[in-house]
Amino acid sequence: MADREYGIETLCLHAGQLPDPATGARVPPIYQTAAYVFDSADHAASLFNLQTFGNIYTRIMNPTNAVFEQRMAALEGGRAGVAVSSGMAAQLVALLTILQAGDEIVSAKTLYGGTHTQFAFNFRKLGINATFVDSDNPDNFAAAITPNTKCLYAESIGNPANNVIDFEAVAQIAEDNGIPFVVDNTFATPYLCRPFDFGADIVVHSATKFICGHGTSIGGVLVESGKFPWDNGKFPTMMEPSEGYHGIRFYETFGDFGYTMKARCEILRTFGPTLSPFNSFLFLQGLETLHVRMDRHVENALAVATFLEEHPAVEWVSYPGLESSRYFSLAQKYFPRGASAIMSFGIRGGLEACVKFIESVNFLSHLANLGDAKTLVVHPASTTHRQLDEAAQVEAGVMPNMIRLSVGLETIDDILWDLDQALAAARSS
Amino acid sequence: MIVDDIRSLRRVLKAHCTIAMVGLSDNWYRPSNFAGKYMLDHGYKVIPVNPNYATVLGEKCYPRLEDIPEPVDVVDVFQRAEVVVPIARSAIEIGAKVFWLQLGIYNDEAVGLAVDAGMDVVVDRCMKIEHARLFGGLNFIGVDTRVISSARPNWIA
Repeated sequence: MADREYGIETLCLHAGQLPDPATGARVPPIYQTAAYVFDSADHAASLFNLQTFGNIYTRIMNPTNAVFEQRMAALEGGRAGVAVSSGMAAQLVALLTILQAGDEIVSAKTLYGGTHTQFAFNFRKLGINATFVDSDNPDNFAAAITPNTKCLYAESIGNPANNVIDFEAVAQIAEDNGIPFVVDNTFATPYLCRPFDFGADIVVHSATKFICGHGTSIGGVLVESGKFPWDNGKFPTMMEPSEGYHGIRFYETFGDFGYTMKARCEILRTFGPTLSPFNSFLFLQGLETLHVRMDRHVENALAVATFLEEHPAVEWVSYPGLESSRYFSLAQKYFPRGASAIMSFGIRGGLEACVKFIESVNFLSHLANLGDAKTLVVHPASTTHRQLDEAAQVEAGVMPNMIRLSVGLETIDDILWDLDQALAAARSS
Repeated sequence: MIVDDIRSLRRVLKAHCTIAMVGLSDNWYRPSNFAGKYMLDHGYKVIPVNPNYATVLGEKCYPRLEDIPEPVDVVDVFQRAEVVVPIARSAIEIGAKVFWLQLGIYNDEAVGLAVDAGMDVVVDRCMKIEHARLFGGLNFIGVDTRVISSARPNWIA
């Protein structure tokens, strides 16, 4: 009898966790321990050699984190995951697993500001060069690829431009060039979109956002599809004995989870961005209601976007779920359940009106986060993308009069009321 | 029959404890050596089959399956797909109950022979990974085991 293919709602609640074998606890215990005893000297050697599976040290693995990793792998339809201390660490670990000095990446230019800085500044210092392209035309990725390019990178919905890339076209370009397509799926979550279904090879997340759902914890995760052919000649460090982990050949030894084993043993182990097991516990609590929350998030978001589009104080609204969006058809294709709950809009009156708006909201929270159960507002040009100059901000899709809104789960009429009164205040400024 | 679902794989791994590993390497960093050591550590009797060695992992090694002087439950194959048909014939000859082809090994003729002989046949799966997936271990390193259950597992990791 074939194994049942469970639905995503069931996976949100069950994937990765059986009742605790030691106690029968139904909820995943928080294994707040730094290390784990070895049964014998030989057992210790086998664990360090990766000849047997088991726990060594929480910097590398932890049973609570492992439940979160496995649940995320299952939700994304991937093979394996690695939990890390933040979304930024997820990108770092995902990319350093396959990149070294002299390598290049081609990325969509519409990115979270911190990601742009990580690639353009920190990676450059390590000798890794990023080329940023306009992702509206997938051919721009192909044109920027050189023999040193080791991956393509994009966000499933760009932050904060809310642009949608043509996944299948970009994935095809990556496949044609024998390199993986890495997608940051933070905005969409696997409930709204599974990039692996459209040809992506590696998915990264800031778990801090919708996965957590309640703004309580910082964390990240990377997931591999298990389908990328690492033996195609372009990734010798996946094939050759690892100098960083006593001669293991990761792809030969672990096959379709060789990439995440390499990420765990070569990068997480030595760079050390470990996730706290307590944060994993909170992410697992969040994931149990991901499907219910995301349905309400997108329902509220569409109502808010429609309201803003008709509001006289609003110059423009960018939300891929609106029919007026240039990304509407791509969003319909890749996000059939809804195009997440993040949108940006421009306020008439420029920077000054934006400041007045931000300072006039009643319960909408002015802070630099998104994907919270509460509705959040921020002015990216002066906060999240502040380290970019104005030209670079515009390149990244950040206009001076742009407000980014993460629509939460409050009563929809209350959200609309607070927006309306703050827009009225901005207008009179 | 072909064994490919969780329930049947669990049955196969629980019911049999003597495994002849064809092509088991003596090099500790080879995947076959990893698998052999893992199965030994988890209570299975591992009989190495490889003409190149006298012993592997401290166990007496035999050149061919036919040379093994005791009953074999499982023939686990770490060889290229092109050479597995005669191994399937030998597995049938010695009365093994399970014919297991490791990750990346497919051979329709060998599989057909073993199925027709009434054996349980596993294709393109690593015995170590499957054991860790179904009896605990693989869950510690973030791999999706695909096991969904509300039953308390009877293993203590």
